[in-house]
Amino acid sequence: MRNSRLVLIILLVYAFISRIGAEDVLEDDPVGRLKVYVYDLPSKYNEDFVQKDPRCLTHMFAAEIYMHQFLLTSPVRTLNPEEADWFYTPVYTTCDLTTGGHPMIYRSPRIMRSAISLISSNWPYWNRTEGADHFFLVPHDFGACFHYEEETAIERGILPLLQRATLVQTFGQRNHVCMMEGSIIIPPYAPPQRLQSHLVPPNTPRSIFVYYRGIFYDIGNDPQGGYYARGVRASLWENFKNNLLFDISYEHPRTYYEDLQRAVFCLCPLGWAPWSPRLVEALIFGCIPVIIADDIVLPFADVIPWEEIGVFVAEKDVLKLDTILTALPPAELMSKKQKLLANPSMKRAMIFSEPSQLGDAFHQILNGLARKLPHDKTIYLNSSQKLLNWTTGPVEDQLPAWW
Amino acid sequence: MKLSVLQQNGNTRRSNSFRGNGPFDSVVDGFKSPAALFWLVLHGLCCLISLVMGFRFSRLIIFLLFSTNNNTSPSVTNHIFTTTRPLLTSTPTNVAAEGLTSQTPPSTSTTQNPHTALNRTTPISTGSRVVVGRHGILIRPWPHPDPVEVMKAHRIMERVQREQRIQYGIKNPRPLIVITPTYVRTFQTLHLTGLMHSLMLAPYDLTWIVVEAGGITNETASLLAKTGLRTIHIGFDQRMPIAWEDRHRLEARMRLRALGVVREQKLDGIVVFADDSNMHSMELFDEIHSVKWIGAVSVGILAHSGNPDESSTQKQDDENSPLPVQGPACNSSGNLVGWHTFNSLPYAEKSAIYIGDSATVLPRKLEWAGFVLNSRLVWKEAEGLPDWVKDVDTLERDGGDLESPLSLLKDASVVEPLGSCGRKVLLWWLRVEARADSKFPPGWIIDSPLEITVPAKRTPWPDATPEFLSVEKVGGTQEHIEKHPTKTSRVSRSKHGRHKKKRESKIVDKQVSRRRSEEK
Repeated sequence: MRNSRLVLIILLVYAFISRIGAEDVLEDDPVGRLKVYVYDLPSKYNEDFVQKDPRCLTHMFAAEIYMHQFLLTSPVRTLNPEEADWFYTPVYTTCDLTTGGHPMIYRSPRIMRSAISLISSNWPYWNRTEGADHFFLVPHDFGACFHYEEETAIERGILPLLQRATLVQTFGQRNHVCMMEGSIIIPPYAPPQRLQSHLVPPNTPRSIFVYYRGIFYDIGNDPQGGYYARGVRASLWENFKNNLLFDISYEHPRTYYEDLQRAVFCLCPLGWAPWSPRLVEALIFGCIPVIIADDIVLPFADVIPWEEIGVFVAEKDVLKLDTILTALPPAELMSKKQKLLANPSMKRAMIFSEPSQLGDAFHQILNGLARKLPHDKTIYLNSSQKLLNWTTGPVEDQLPAWW
Repeated sequence: MKLSVLQQNGNTRRSNSFRGNGPFDSVVDGFKSPAALFWLVLHGLCCLISLVMGFRFSRLIIFLLFSTNNNTSPSVTNHIFTTTRPLLTSTPTNVAAEGLTSQTPPSTSTTQNPHTALNRTTPISTGSRVVVGRHGILIRPWPHPDPVEVMKAHRIMERVQREQRIQYGIKNPRPLIVITPTYVRTFQTLHLTGLMHSLMLAPYDLTWIVVEAGGITNETASLLAKTGLRTIHIGFDQRMPIAWEDRHRLEARMRLRALGVVREQKLDGIVVFADDSNMHSMELFDEIHSVKWIGAVSVGILAHSGNPDESSTQKQDDENSPLPVQGPACNSSGNLVGWHTFNSLPYAEKSAIYIGDSATVLPRKLEWAGFVLNSRLVWKEAEGLPDWVKDVDTLERDGGDLESPLSLLKDASVVEPLGSCGRKVLLWWLRVEARADSKFPPGWIIDSPLEITVPAKRTPWPDATPEFLSVEKVGGTQEHIEKHPTKTSRVSRSKHGRHKKKRESKIVDKQVSRRRSEEK
């Protein structure tokens, strides 16, 4: 009798503790829950790119560089590959930039293949599982499909060699070729110092209803319109350029961050890809993000309750955006604002902070990897099994790396 | 296809007719002609429709008839009626607008589109309902804001701002009691309007006690009526004297009178001494909420001379010295150790004596405006009243030096320095006044025609007829202003004429020269 009562009490206590919300999962400490081995690749795969063009360090794909730097000094790093749960390959595929600052994406698959062939020949761990306990950072537009144009990316599909690995990427869309089931979606990189240096006093009244700065038509690549952003950004412009409640424009103001802190809603429509740094900015500066991208998968969606802090609008409803936003019940809006502002852990989870703090984006990635442990026994292949085909894929990818 | 059929029919008919008219042939002929007629009519109809629609209708029919995909037909037929060409290229699953108009920039001819649509109907099967490809840009027929929604949006913003104030603003806002001495003069409207607006902006409960020298007047009363604030308008029997010294002294007595009202009515809150000519920042009203009994803020002194020559020499002297600030002085640990006061020595000989003097107007050593009090200090009996405060009644009776509220205290060290220990200047002192005898229209309304009219510089107007030369009313000057631009436009047009047509140049020259002579 007493035992059963004790068990009941223990169960109640456990239930009580486990009812703690997802926000506490954001505070999880990955140290001790996983071990990561960092392959020592020659610098031509990583640092040389950065030295050639330091713009890599500040553009929105810079997460791959900072993740490498973080892991090198993190307590989760292990120098003994035998005890590692995850293996990390530090290859900067989006750091090979043109003079204009865009990644030369046609070279990225070759760089990746070269890196994988290197690790598979120098270490036995790749062949042991064909990459199932390896993770890669692919922060480009469509992740490991390695192309900026969606149709081409879909045709290419995810690089065949990465089919078994875990991909940490910014692109996320349900039922899309370029997102695998177990991928970890991360926010794009935003320089933390720049964000912190533009804070205004929090009692500055929010007097802009809807705020957006960016392009609406991509004249260079889509002069006809209707292709870029699936016509959503153009529709926003055409419908709301005369609406005083909507402060939208293609200009580039110097007070962009300050303006975000004076806005109630910040629009985050899709562009060439559904994700955008605007989401991170909206979260940091406390305006409610209005996400217009069908079927998008947002960063760390398993721990951040995006529906509670953001407003989702279907692409076909864009022309009714003013009706939708003004029809939101104020009580619901206030609760969204509260959750946004009162919970600093969500803001911290979006930032790749320097130096790294508990709860920042690096730790969320590690938490995500830790949650996938322990590995299923079936990922370990015997020497005869070969599941990956090294010869499939476009011919240009098969060319050897040029260095 | 139809064309070929029609041609065949036409040929057979022609061939029949050439063969000659046998009885059988005529029957066959007659039998065939309704069919031929039918096809002719149908062809004509299709041509007409193509003319109207602007593309080859027949190809569309083929596409419809031979399209295999079930989903295309309803959506495409819909599209026909909405004449949305590019939507034909976007594919089967639900996409963009059905039944909504969409606007596209000029596109290529639609003859290509059904073919490309056929190509694209093998959809890029991602399995998701989001389709890659060209979509229409959705524009609603009336892309302008709806007023009801605009009001809703403003209410949402107000709500957001209220929440912000609750969260980041002052936690327990206290009511304010603002004491202003004033009197009717030229610059009164200027000063009082500024102060009025500042007080109306402050998001706190406000009681404004306005003490007017010379008794209550309609001028001041009408100004105060516009505020919407709770005002107590008191008249003070004495008239405002002309000398600055006397004015300062009278103002102090007026302020004490107002404190007496606070005492009588037991008004609760923070007493702010706002002179009507001062400029207050909104942060002042937030900062003073932290006062316990009596606090002091830093006042920026803008001592300005009315004389332009003097100010230039002064600037050379004052180049190195910053703007004088009156207020509390703190040591490094944030305790009050003394006061910054105004150094009036440089201005010793040059200070103004009478109101409206062109010399510099000097402030007192410490202005009343730089102090704020807890109203309980002046109450007759209040709990927790500290022992270092003197009773207001005794002050009036003794008639002592009322230069600053410090005379209310037995011990000046209890004053709390506000505004990060006096480092923030939260208000500015400036005394700009016109001469005591300057006139201004009562209520600043020009009711009757102006008595004084000053002729314009160039009179008479060239070209003007004599009736416009006498300026009687203000309206008259307005008419002149309207006349002037038309005259200039006439001149410019003739100049253009000169450039354009050389043949007529001589005549035009004559005209221009004639006008010039008139001008002279």
